[in-house]
Amino acid sequence: MEVLLAPVVGILFAAATYLLLQRSLGETIIGLALLTNAANLFIFVAAGLSKGVAPLIDTETGEPPPGAADPVPQALILTAIVIGFGVLAFFITLAYRYHRLTGTDDLEWIAADDAPTSGEFESGEP
Amino acid sequence: MNAWLILPIAWPLAAGALGLALSGSNTAQRLIAVIGAVGQLVAAVVLLLTVNAQGTQVLHMGSWPAPFGISLVADHFASFVLVAGSLAGCASVIFAALTVGRQRLTHGYFVLTNVLLAAVAGAFLTGDLFNLYVWFEVMLIASFVLLAMGPYPRQAAGATNYVALNLVASATFLVGAGVAYALTGTLNFADLALRLPLVESRPLVLILAALLIAAFASKAAAYPLSAWLPSSYHTPAPDVSALFAGLLTKVGVYALARSVTLFFPEDALVRNVVLGLAGLTMLVGVFGALAQFNMRRLLSFHIASQVGYMLMGLGLLTPLALAGTTFYMAQHMITKTALFLVAGVVERRTGTGYLKRLGGLYRTNLALTVVFALAALSLAGIPPFAGFVAKFTLVRAGTAVESWVIVGISIVVSLLTLMSMVKIWNEAFWKDRPEGEVEHDAARMHALPRSVPRWVVILPAGTLALASVAMGFAAGPLMEYAIAAGEELADRSVYIEAVLGEDAWADLETMTVEAMEASR
Repeated sequence: MEVLLAPVVGILFAAATYLLLQRSLGETIIGLALLTNAANLFIFVAAGLSKGVAPLIDTETGEPPPGAADPVPQALILTAIVIGFGVLAFFITLAYRYHRLTGTDDLEWIAADDAPTSGEFESGEP
Repeated sequence: MNAWLILPIAWPLAAGALGLALSGSNTAQRLIAVIGAVGQLVAAVVLLLTVNAQGTQVLHMGSWPAPFGISLVADHFASFVLVAGSLAGCASVIFAALTVGRQRLTHGYFVLTNVLLAAVAGAFLTGDLFNLYVWFEVMLIASFVLLAMGPYPRQAAGATNYVALNLVASATFLVGAGVAYALTGTLNFADLALRLPLVESRPLVLILAALLIAAFASKAAAYPLSAWLPSSYHTPAPDVSALFAGLLTKVGVYALARSVTLFFPEDALVRNVVLGLAGLTMLVGVFGALAQFNMRRLLSFHIASQVGYMLMGLGLLTPLALAGTTFYMAQHMITKTALFLVAGVVERRTGTGYLKRLGGLYRTNLALTVVFALAALSLAGIPPFAGFVAKFTLVRAGTAVESWVIVGISIVVSLLTLMSMVKIWNEAFWKDRPEGEVEHDAARMHALPRSVPRWVVILPAGTLALASVAMGFAAGPLMEYAIAAGEELADRSVYIEAVLGEDAWADLETMTVEAMEASR
């Protein structure tokens, strides 16, 4: 399994890197999605793929059964998936806002040095 | 039990939750924000005094024994930067409580600042690699929203850059944590420090080092991963910039310091890479700043430049150099936040941070001018201010091990920093107001009732500038503390024994022997 999954992780990272190097906002979003998935899959493979039994501790011996799977990487991945999902959702919303405010999806858009700041925005406000 | 060790994290987090519950009342929001920040500062100071008296404090969450549960660890280094960080955070939150208007307030502004403060404390105190990742993410999501809150195109652009770059850095960190677990089967800092030397494959350890350094260096805005910082920090409202300037990059530096000193202390390659990064970061940042005419953008370039000094101590890795890094981080958080708060007051008063349109503030606002001068001189490293003590310690440490190149760079960069500060001084404070620029004297400097005098907005910056001066004059006792921190960082057995107990080494030996027998 490792032999199969390792190239998949590699391809995901390569594709994510390629997409992140583009100037377009849409491609950046997909690149970031691929990147977080690649990282999660990487942990999954690196921690070792095994057909383990559930790591439930036996009440009599007080120890997990022999050949139990390691629950830690799965807990890590689960946490990382949730965080990655939330942050990506935020990024998509932000991308929409970026597009609406600047009228472009080009990430190289640059504001003038003396463009208005939020200091002005609130100075007259009660 | 040291259950109170969690207070610097739990207190602001609770304040944030309470703020969410009371989101109907604006006054309550402002009050709770200040209570959260001040409470954290008090907890941090108590922690510092305890560590000073009793040594490293450890709390095992849920009473799970060390490598299995999550440990919170407060040693000299962590508690010192925590106090400085919460002081800087406290000042920016108070500035925000004075100035932030109703619009942002009703969008949960102060809930987010409290969560940010809690996450920064969590990152400083945690003793677990994955828990550090989680605190980083908590900190980032709060900072994302704070950064994006506002109506301007360039703010959306700055936030987009910032979020994208930080997501990449987080993914790199996550892969690093995965490698660390795959190599050693543990994520606890102390346990990792014990087990990494046993890993036979040096390339794999170097890959781990590369991943962690890349991730933390980009959070810390070290060259060549620093471009995101000057393109985003000047875009939100000044109160947000001030909060970020003091805290966020320093968390990256802190994580880098922990991993270099605990995981790779004997690796010359890692050390030289960090030293190289330090030199480049200092130079590139300071040259970038010379070309800027936006006050906060100029100061942002200097954050990147100053991170180089902190990395310099890490690269030298002697106890004195690490003490220099500790002191530098602490004084930088305070001084830099003070400068950003001054920029904030200037922008509120004149409506712009663009240096070519500013001028004559020396005549109209003497108190602000004095505060700026104190903080700027400290940043540039002029005696007797705190910045001088920090730079002097680093240069001393550099000459002691005869790293002349980095010492030379640090001195040149110090002069160039002074040049930038003189530029702000000349343009904003000293020269006459340019022709045709009407004094945009804001009717409202703060968002409080009209009866409150306008000068209160200078108080947070003024307090920090005075703290920076005091750090210079009380350099003796503070430096002693920083040297204790440096010695602890240089000798990692202190950290390991505090977390895992004194028998950690013996336990490791028996476990290795057992594992070898089992494999036979």
